[in-house]
Amino acid sequence: MPENSLPTADTDPAKGASPLSLEISGVSKSFGRFPALNGVSLQARDKEFLALLGPSGSGKTTLLRVLAGLERPDAGEVRFDGEDFLSIPVRRRKVGMVFQHYALFRHMTVAQNIAFGLSVRPRRERPSKSDVADRVADLLKLVQLEGLGGRFPAQLSGGQRQRVALARALAIEPRMLLLDEPFGALDAQVRRELRRWLRDLHDRAGVTTVFVTHDQEEALDLADRVAILKDGTLRQLGTPNEVYENPADPFVYDFLGAACRLPGVVEDGRLTVADWETKAPKDAPQGRVDVFFRPNEVMFAPLDGAGLAAEVTAVAARGPDVRIECLIEGKTFELEARGPGIPSGVAPGLSLRVKPLRPKVYPARVDA
Amino acid sequence: MTAQAILASPTKARRRPWVQHSILPGFGLSLGITLAYLGVIVVLPLVALAIRPWELGPAGVFHALAAPRVLAALKLSFGLSALAALLNAPLGVLLAWTLTRYQFPGRRILDALVDLPFALPTAVAGIALTAIYAPNGALGALAAKVGIKTAYSPLGIFIALVFIGLPFVVRSLQPVLQELDHEVEEAATTLGANSLQRAVRVILPALGPSLISGISLAFARAVGEYGSVVFIAGNLPGKTEIAPLLIVIKLESYDYAGAAAVGLAMVAISFGSLVAINGLQLMLARRGRA
Repeated sequence: MPENSLPTADTDPAKGASPLSLEISGVSKSFGRFPALNGVSLQARDKEFLALLGPSGSGKTTLLRVLAGLERPDAGEVRFDGEDFLSIPVRRRKVGMVFQHYALFRHMTVAQNIAFGLSVRPRRERPSKSDVADRVADLLKLVQLEGLGGRFPAQLSGGQRQRVALARALAIEPRMLLLDEPFGALDAQVRRELRRWLRDLHDRAGVTTVFVTHDQEEALDLADRVAILKDGTLRQLGTPNEVYENPADPFVYDFLGAACRLPGVVEDGRLTVADWETKAPKDAPQGRVDVFFRPNEVMFAPLDGAGLAAEVTAVAARGPDVRIECLIEGKTFELEARGPGIPSGVAPGLSLRVKPLRPKVYPARVDA
Repeated sequence: MTAQAILASPTKARRRPWVQHSILPGFGLSLGITLAYLGVIVVLPLVALAIRPWELGPAGVFHALAAPRVLAALKLSFGLSALAALLNAPLGVLLAWTLTRYQFPGRRILDALVDLPFALPTAVAGIALTAIYAPNGALGALAAKVGIKTAYSPLGIFIALVFIGLPFVVRSLQPVLQELDHEVEEAATTLGANSLQRAVRVILPALGPSLISGISLAFARAVGEYGSVVFIAGNLPGKTEIAPLLIVIKLESYDYAGAAAVGLAMVAISFGSLVAINGLQLMLARRGRA
């Protein structure tokens, strides 16, 4: 394939956004009879921070390994800066991959680990010893591990090892950075600390970054755009705000946060759920639907107000929030209220009405 | 008061501050059996060996060991054992690599073959080796044509020692190669390493400690090897006579103290080399694990 056949940088100059750098089209990959990826297409812009989000078995790690060149797709195309990426062997792709369990070289010091990518270059391209040392020192500073260059990986904490792996990947000046569950093996405290730091690092390094996670909070918090995968297919691609505010389907809605679901009917622009009728959301499907709402996006009203008839079965304070367990249409829902939103005199046995503030409507599915 | 009674009373047990407290009962009893068993089985014979030569007096021991025939035998045994173990190192790595990294028909049979030198009675191995390396044997005749004497020469001894040492090296390496994290190699590849660089810089160093342990086992076994060597060696005093054989010869001529002196020298050299090898191994292992 001629390398300059697709001038991707010029395809959408009108938008003013940075040009596309990564284009994945129709990538499929099966392991034996198990289809790990099923015709996934997505794009990432230059210097973008893209999250691949999905439950385990969704194919997100397989897609990352395809980008790294560690898996060969059965079908599809991957282009990077217009170049056919799949025809470039792994070791010439210049992708910085950070593995979930870091995969550090245990017999090498931290500095030797970081310098590895430079030291395996052909002699002509290899930087001089002092240049390598300078680069290692810079990277150690970047990942805040100054003075630890002489340690062995076994002498470091999990978070430190993770940063060594990152520095090692950055040392080769990668065209693209790939992170597989970068915080997966760390405890919650360290995760949150490293998250902001990683975002900061990405912004400074200015490298297109793709990272895999199963943690929706992490993806929404960190990424410029989130690709949500399930069963080897792309369900939705968008900014964290877009996907959270406007999930493409019930799976995405459910996966991105706590969800309440009730059956309803849309007719003539009106949505009816049990004894509650309201204006149907824009572009709601007609007929039988599933109505989704977030447990913290509800308004409580007295029994004579508007909303779904509900009976309180339990109340528990949780910090500034109050968790109100309600029976609606014979189903138990755990709702949340805070501050002035807390209904007065709420206690088990109280009957009231619950009005979802931003219901999302999807065509009804027969199965659960 | 019995040992159990002392253990049963916690106040008395505290009288032994050097013993780390354990919830498992029976420390005194099990340590006692351990010490007694090791004492009878291992230490006592060694002590006897260490004492025996001195009935010759210090000068006598020196005289017994300084004899050219003895020195030649010790040099031959330890020198060829070391050489054989060192040859087995690269070949053992290659074999272990082939057996763990590739899938091919007959792999399991090859894998079983590696154990054969372990399993074969040494005398049987000796006869087999002699049969093919003797001047009228298949390989021996071939070598003789190009002017190389295999059996009844130091080369023959070397071949026998390589033969018996091989499984030690291969079997020490195989589990490590098998459990080597695949992601580490993938990481090296994404960083730009070619397959040779991966093998030399990533995989081999990870094998270091177990390779050394395999080499030391092969060496220790080769030093003490008797059965498979005596047939192929030719046993010419001062030329192809190994130290264990010299001990037997001395015993047969009722020179018990002299035999014990050679034995003691072997123990001392073996022990010294094993300590050195273990130290090296510890150093390598510490780098990786800490």
